[in-house]
Order: sequence, then C-alpha cells, then structure tokens
Amino acid sequence: MGNEAIARGAIAAGVRVACGYPGTPSTEVLETAAKCRREDMYVEWSVNEKTAMELAGGAAMCGARTLVTMKQMGLNVAADPLMCLAYLGVKGGLVVLVADDPGPISSQTEQDSRHFAAFAKVPCLDPSTAQEAYDMVFRAFELSEEYRTPVILRTTTRVSHGYASILVRDEAEYERHDAEGFVRDPRRWVIFPGLSRMNHEKMEIRNRELRDRFSRDPLNLSLEGSLSRGVACGGFSYTYVMESRRDNPSLPVLKISTPHPFPDALAAEFLRGKEEVLCVEELDPVIEENLIRVCGQWGLKTRILGKGSGHMPLAGENSRDQVSRAISLFLGKEQTADALPDLPPLPVRPPVLCAGCPHRASFYAVKQAMKGKKCIFCGDIGCYTLGNAQPLDMVDTCLCMGAGLGIAQAVNHLEPDTNCFAFVGDSTFFASAIPGVVNAVYNQADMTLVILDNSTTAMTGHQPHPGTGCTAMGQAVDKVDMEKVLRAIGVEDVRVLDPLDLETAVENVRELAEGKGVRAVIFRSPCVALFRSARKVRVDADKCIGCRKCIREIGCPALSFDGKHAVTDGQCNGCGLCVNLCPVKAISGGMEHA
Amino acid sequence: MRNLILCGVGGQGTVLASRLISDAAMHRGIPVMSAETIGMAQRGGSVFSHVRLGEGLYSPMIAPGEADLILGFEPGETVRMLPYLRRGGQVVVSTLGVMPVTASLSSQAYRPEEMVDFLRSHVEHLCTVDAEKALRETGSPRVLNLILLGAALRAGALGLEEEDMVEAICRRIPPKYQEMNIQALKWAKV
Repeated sequence: MGNEAIARGAIAAGVRVACGYPGTPSTEVLETAAKCRREDMYVEWSVNEKTAMELAGGAAMCGARTLVTMKQMGLNVAADPLMCLAYLGVKGGLVVLVADDPGPISSQTEQDSRHFAAFAKVPCLDPSTAQEAYDMVFRAFELSEEYRTPVILRTTTRVSHGYASILVRDEAEYERHDAEGFVRDPRRWVIFPGLSRMNHEKMEIRNRELRDRFSRDPLNLSLEGSLSRGVACGGFSYTYVMESRRDNPSLPVLKISTPHPFPDALAAEFLRGKEEVLCVEELDPVIEENLIRVCGQWGLKTRILGKGSGHMPLAGENSRDQVSRAISLFLGKEQTADALPDLPPLPVRPPVLCAGCPHRASFYAVKQAMKGKKCIFCGDIGCYTLGNAQPLDMVDTCLCMGAGLGIAQAVNHLEPDTNCFAFVGDSTFFASAIPGVVNAVYNQADMTLVILDNSTTAMTGHQPHPGTGCTAMGQAVDKVDMEKVLRAIGVEDVRVLDPLDLETAVENVRELAEGKGVRAVIFRSPCVALFRSARKVRVDADKCIGCRKCIREIGCPALSFDGKHAVTDGQCNGCGLCVNLCPVKAISGGMEHA
Repeated sequence: MRNLILCGVGGQGTVLASRLISDAAMHRGIPVMSAETIGMAQRGGSVFSHVRLGEGLYSPMIAPGEADLILGFEPGETVRMLPYLRRGGQVVVSTLGVMPVTASLSSQAYRPEEMVDFLRSHVEHLCTVDAEKALRETGSPRVLNLILLGAALRAGALGLEEEDMVEAICRRIPPKYQEMNIQALKWAKV
C-alpha cells in the first residue's frame, strides 16, 4: 500500500519521531510506522493534528528527522503551527504527509493541499505511485534539511491506498540520523515580527531557487513526442495519462511532481512551440494555472486547456475512461465504444451503521425520548455521521470535527425553546470538542451533550486515543476520564449509560432534556467491529405478524423482510435492540442487559 | 497482463481476497498493482477492488471493457461492475444476495435471482457459486471470500495455482484461522 511504502521509506530514511491523527486516506502511514518502528523511534497518535504538528515541530527543532501525518482536513486543524513553522524553519528534516481525497470518498471537502503548500510557501512533492511515494520520502527529508523548511509530501486516495510491488532498500542501507538535541537560540526559535519579515524574504528567494532546481530535477519529467499538442499532469492522473499514451505514443507529456515551487523553466521548454496543452489533474487546477502564469511570464502563445476551459470536470475523481476520452477528443480522434447491455435497476447501498452498532441504540433512545418535541440534533465526524440515514434520521447538521457543539449552542441562543443536542464520538471529543464544551458552559448555553463512547476511533480502523488506555506504541497507560473532564469544566449532570439498555436510556435522556445548563450523557458500549458477540437474535416465524416495525424503526442491516416475516442474517451481533421493539415479542435472544 | 475486479458489499471480505491474490502473485515474481475501496463505504456500501497482474502497468485502475475476470461476492454488485468486463471475459459469482437496508425499508424489492438471471443471459463464461450451501457446509459465515477465490482458481481465472494461494493464506492470516480458510478455498469443485 502507498501509505505503507511511505512509512517504510521514512523508517529507512532514519525517522526518529512519527506522529499524526487518523483520517482516511492517510491513516495507514502512522499505523505502519508504529508496527514497524525501530528501537530509537518515538511514534504517537496525537490527540489532534495541531498537537501532532507542534510535537513534530519540536522534534525537528531538536534535530530529529520527523514525520507527521494527516488527511487534508487535518491540515486545516494543523494550519497554525505549520504556517509558523514555515517561517521559523526546522533543523531535523520535517516531512508533513498530507493525503487528499478526490471524489471526495471519505471527506467533507475536495480541498487541494498543493495549494496549501503554496500558501504556506513550503515545497510540495506529489507522487503518482507507491514506488514514487517511497522514493520521495528520502528526497523530502533531504530537501527539508538542506533548506531548513517543512516539506509537504502530498498523496491522494488512490496513491495512498493503491497496492503495488515496489523496490525497497535493504536494512543494511537504512540511514541513521542522530538528533543533536535542542540547542538554545532565541533568535532562531522564537518567532517575532522582525524575524518573520526577514524569513519571509528568505523563503521567497529560496523558492525562486527551487523553481530552477526542480526544472532540472528528474522528479519532473518531460516526455517528447512529435505532436504539436501535449498533456500536462501530475499525481495519480499521470498513471491515467500514461495508460492512454499506449494508444498515442507520439503524445508529449509533462509530468509535474513538484507542484510547488513550480518548475517554470521546464514547463516553458515543454510549452514552447506547442499549440495547445491539456492539463489532467484532480482537485484544483494547480498545474493549469501555473502553466497559464508561465505563458504570461515567458511570452508564450500556447493555449492552456483544462478545468478552466471546460475540457476537464470541475470536481470529483478522474477515471481511466474519462481521461482517455478527454485525450482522444483533444487529439481529434474518434471514440469507439462497445455497445453495452442496459443494466437492470440496481439496489442503492449507502453506507450504514453496522449490525449491532451501539450508536444505533443511542440515536434510537434519544429519538424515542424526544418524540414530538422541538429538537435539533447536531452531528459530528465519525461513524455516527451515518445516524443521518433513514430510518434513524437523527443528524440535522454536520460541519467539521467538534462543530456540533457550537452549532447546538447557537441554536439555543437564537431559539431558546428548542431542545439542542450535540452528538460527538469519544475520539472526536478529545480531538476537538473540549473547547466547545468550555465555551458552552461558560457562556450559559442550555443544551445536552451526547458522547457516543465506543472506546475507539472506529471509522478510520480503530486507533487508540486518550480515552482508550493504550498508546500507538502499545503501552498500557491511564485513561483520561471524560466524565471527570466534563465535571471539571462545570457540567454537573453527567450520566454514563449503556445505550443497549433501551428503557433506562430513554428515561435518562428525558430527564436530562428537562435540565438546565450544559448536561451530558455518555453512552458507553464498545464498537461491534472490535467485540463481536456470538449471541444472535431469533425471529419466531409463528409469532411474527409481519408488521415490519423492527425494520422500519432502526434500519439494522441484519434485518430484512422475506415477504411474510422479518428475518435475520449472519451479520447479527445480538445487540437486542430489535427485541425491545417487537409488539408481539416474536424476537428473542441476543445480549442481556442489567 | 491480467485484470481482475472483485466486488461486493462492505464487510464481505473483498479487501482480504484482493490482498491474497496480490500476495500470491508477488511471490511468483509477477508485478502487481491494486486499488481498493477503504473507508466509509466499507460500512455496508458497494465496494470493489481492482487487481492488475503483469509487466508494464502504469495505473492500478482498470478501464471499462478491460477486466478478464469479475469475482462477484454479490449478484447485484456484479451486475453493477459488468461494464468493466472485456468481451469474452469470465465472471465467477456468488448467488447469495445481500439485502440493502434501503430495499427493506421501501416497497421496492430487490431480487438477487433476477440479477443472476441477467448475468446468465449476458455473460458467456459464467460460473455461479452456491454460497448458501458453501457456508452451510464449511460452517462459517465469514469465509465467502475464500470460497470464491477457490472457485476462481479452479476456473483458471487467476493464472495462479492453489498452492500459491495456500501459501499466501499462511503468510497473511493468523494461524488459528488458517485451516478454516484453506478448507473454504478447497470447497468449490468446478
């Protein structure tokens, strides 16, 4: 996997500190670093990306080669320390691995971290394959140390999650880089306006130098061809372009692996004499706009086509056939396609909460408790965003990590008669919800916080967090007790409940909703993907009257209707939520709750 | 060059199956590229893996009309991927449907048998696997992926030997589950 290749590359490059916060499609980098770490390495899942970036900055100040990982949204969280680190600089190599998500497949935005690199004025490397990702890690560390700047290694989902056989270094060739340790130098490590002014100019001069250097660097590639039209591309789209080039071997191709600083001279040389160049890239038109700029600066007459000219889609992921069609059209070639049979209507399969997921029970309990009352249910980022699906339909808003609290608070201030609920997962609580709780308590909000505590970071594949009692390196440690945290902030009514005990859960939520100030319920029940139960429920076909209440109310994927009766399948984890619902007691079995 | 598509519903084990194929091929010295659905869609959504084996690959993604084999874990999902099959390509499919929650909720029924019929009338080289029977006989609901891999092996669709796959299982799967998975691999007798 591309992500594993990056971690192995970092280890071979002598990385000493690796940290990050989970986020698809970046997660496996740090997981692999933790699993394969050498003795002298420190690896941690930080509480969020900002903390991770600050830790990484500190490690790099000490001269340690450092890797910090996150998804593109995470870079927003870590923007503050990254922007300042870009000005302050580093001593040990600092590589910031950011995984972008064209599509988006598992993200809220389609933001482009190549732009972020330009914004932060730091170099950015953009691999197109797992092998390139592996090789670029070494280059990124070298560049970072040579120019004393963080370097962004930016991937996209298909590079991060693509598998490939690659060539790696033998362990005998692994590098060792001893960290000198922190050397006191306030003129270097304390950011002040005067220092920033001076360093700003240095960064701009350095980036100009890098433009020229990258123009001569084999990372960027100019493939000649006899045609007067060419294609410019970068990242994963390069692989699509090269697949299409099999049919068009005389097509000139410019591959940009250093989107920032952009290799102007190389690009100008490629553009010279070409009538038109089509830009094939995902997310923002970064290469496209740079080429337009180069045309202006170098006085070139080439027409630059791409997203801006309507030749390429403005959003979403590229695909093999779409790129091949665009190139054929660009080259004026006829497209021949086999006629395909019309497909019959296919089932829609939106992602759903797993069978037996405790979040389903938590949402259902709140829904039952608040039936008929004016409410807003503010959701957050995690598996529990899936609580929006029918029939639960329990997510009214979802913005970004931790935002549910602020939104619930705002609605409370504007509409005091609305029962305001904020749902947040355990990992998200530690990552970004605590300041929101402090804010709501101090500013006299009247709302209910619902913490869905399944004791893991489930959506990204079960990473530990401060509530789990385990670190990335497998050390057993004291948990940070979220109940105590809430009480210390000033939340007086905090109730810890088992969501699968439906009756008690409903009763408590009802009472809480009547309360004042910020009150909280912690629904605690482990993720079913971690603790599978052998107990399953049974539907008694003689008793079942086929009313479908169990199916209509909770939308469990293990329950379906065979035309006459409800039936369960192998997915059942025996949570027993449906047992509570059946009006004729036709469902039995599952777990028992006190 | 050999292009394989594995498809099904999140949770059925397509990811492990594609990794076993990749692992087995790599140990035979065949270059591999693959891409999988990871993330939110794994929670019951439509999932696919593209696996490409051979020299001279640029992209792990397979273009429509290019797949030599579709290994279908679910009939409807297999029909969804049909545009990827090349002319004369093979389909190995489990006949056991997975009901989407959306179909259970609405009056719109989903009938997997109709999907299997569609495949029968449109795919020349089709091999159906009675997964219900297989799961009953192997006694585990979680080995559908190995049963299908076994069927694909015996249909000659992977270009690999059973021995390659058994070795991959021993490298990739914890010892206490190996025997169960090897049994499942050997279940289908085409």
